[in-house]
Amino acid sequence: MHLENDIDKSTSIGVVKGPIQRRKWTDLVFAAGGLVTMVLALAVLLALLGQLVMDGIGRLSWQFLTSYPSRFPTQAGILSAWIGTVIVMILTALAAVPLGIGAAIYLEEYARHNWVTDLIEINIANLAGVPSIVYGLMALGLFVYQFHLGHSFLTAGLTLGMLILPMVIIATREAIRSVPSQIREASYALGATKWQTVRDHVVPYSMGGTLTGLILALSRAVGETAPLITVGALSFIAFLPHPPWQSTFPFFSLQWMFDPFTVMPIQMFNWVSRPQEEFHLNAAAAGIILMLMTLVMNALAISIRARFRARIHW
Amino acid sequence: MNTPLAPSEVFRKETDFRAYSATISQFKERGIELLLLLAALTSIAITLGIVSVLLYESVTFFRQVSLFDFLTDTQWTPLFSEPHYGILPLVSGTLVTTLVALLVAMPMGSLVAIYLSEYAGANIRETVKPILELLSAVPTVVYGYFALLFVTPLLQKVWPGLPGFNMLSAGLVIGIMIVPYISSVSEDAMRAVPVSLREGAYALGATRMQTAIRVVFPSALSGIAAAYILGISRAIGETMVVAIAAGMQPTLTWNPLEPAATMTAYIVQVSLGDLPHGSIGYQTIFATGLTLLLITLLFNVAGHALRKRYRQVY
Repeated sequence: MHLENDIDKSTSIGVVKGPIQRRKWTDLVFAAGGLVTMVLALAVLLALLGQLVMDGIGRLSWQFLTSYPSRFPTQAGILSAWIGTVIVMILTALAAVPLGIGAAIYLEEYARHNWVTDLIEINIANLAGVPSIVYGLMALGLFVYQFHLGHSFLTAGLTLGMLILPMVIIATREAIRSVPSQIREASYALGATKWQTVRDHVVPYSMGGTLTGLILALSRAVGETAPLITVGALSFIAFLPHPPWQSTFPFFSLQWMFDPFTVMPIQMFNWVSRPQEEFHLNAAAAGIILMLMTLVMNALAISIRARFRARIHW
Repeated sequence: MNTPLAPSEVFRKETDFRAYSATISQFKERGIELLLLLAALTSIAITLGIVSVLLYESVTFFRQVSLFDFLTDTQWTPLFSEPHYGILPLVSGTLVTTLVALLVAMPMGSLVAIYLSEYAGANIRETVKPILELLSAVPTVVYGYFALLFVTPLLQKVWPGLPGFNMLSAGLVIGIMIVPYISSVSEDAMRAVPVSLREGAYALGATRMQTAIRVVFPSALSGIAAAYILGISRAIGETMVVAIAAGMQPTLTWNPLEPAATMTAYIVQVSLGDLPHGSIGYQTIFATGLTLLLITLLFNVAGHALRKRYRQVY
């Protein structure tokens, strides 16, 4: 009886041990494979960025930031490009912020559950998957030729504003949803109307998430090239847009909105597409500045998120 | 001398005033709700704008070119003196680059996601995830620079005859570019699988790999499908990488070692030139854009069906 049992045990362990060991090995190999893949993906991406910096760092100088593009690679700079990017981003934000936040407030606070709301929601989800160049075609047909806004800063800002609108709406909705309902109930209990509640409580408390989402969306818009090419960005602009002020009444001018535009990625694309190697170095230098812009915006978004998180405890 | 009002008079006036201000504030509330609804409806207006512009210009295009020619002609030379309007060369370019990209991104993205979700400790995950998110913010024109000036020369060392513009290097770079998208969304989906399922698998003696592949992955398939669809949409709509690195020559070829234009690259090429508004060359980019949108839509609808089919509710 005793003996039999022992024999039984040893044989069954012997039979089972091999496969278990093998399975443990495959598990380890698989884990190593996953780690290697992840490190590889990160390493490739970091190598690419390192290459960009190495290529372009020599061309970076004060002169590069303050010169117009030129036929001579060493004299060329990105003045009109970075100023263009700043202006387009301001217009993009002006277009996307009121529409995006308004839409998000409506969908979260006001919308009844009916087919209109469903339609809007499905539509926003689908818009996020539309290729950006298609927005450019829409803007070309609509803003440039239908509304006669020309190949201008205004068109560029509106185009990118439409492009990031779904992103802004989605981020703002999430931020609004994270405001607890007790806040709203307390406000109603004190006699506030719906709009007072939204304006004085829901919107301020969700500002962290909204700002974070907005800046992330803008950091995507900074790098957008394709839709701006379709609406007619110029790649060689050796002048600055009109100033927003003038000496005669009413002392400000909107002429700058209708000036021809260029932006950083367009300038970089132009330099990359040239055969001369010298221009490729300029492209790399412009790429560094472009990367810095997106990095700074992302860092800003992350720090805003952290600050608001630290300040609010529900 | 004013006679003081009787107390009942005072009361009446006050209620009158209150009723009056209540009506005003109700009016204001309704007005604001209407404005917010309008903001929410802009997203619908954008969709309508996209569809109507593309359809309007395409209809004028198809009045001059038969749909049959468009779909079957094997040459795309709209700007030549003897024009051909066959979309196939552009579609083949798009499909080849997309396929190359997916062959890189799907296995890599999934492996990274499995590793992050099932193997990595919280430390690694919290470090790697923000880096991946940051990488998805790198402007695509920068990736185009890498493809043309870094990856292609590297590949030319392996295949000395490789042309300077080719679909392989563009596809590889797009693949690397969308790894963060796929891994980030898939990881979220896998982390949403309840721990009890994993514990069940471990209790039955499964290794981590068996749990990951046979339990977690199938359970999260709906979300992983969404990640793949996102990646496919990105790859199909990607413009700058292919415009810079894959060449601008529409060629009907399935060989990734050759140069070929994609639909997006063609739109960029035409937009960079100066085609008069209303010419057939101008209309071709809208017909191309419509085709691009329909293909993206097709994948999204298929993906949606797939997601529904594999949706698991816990």
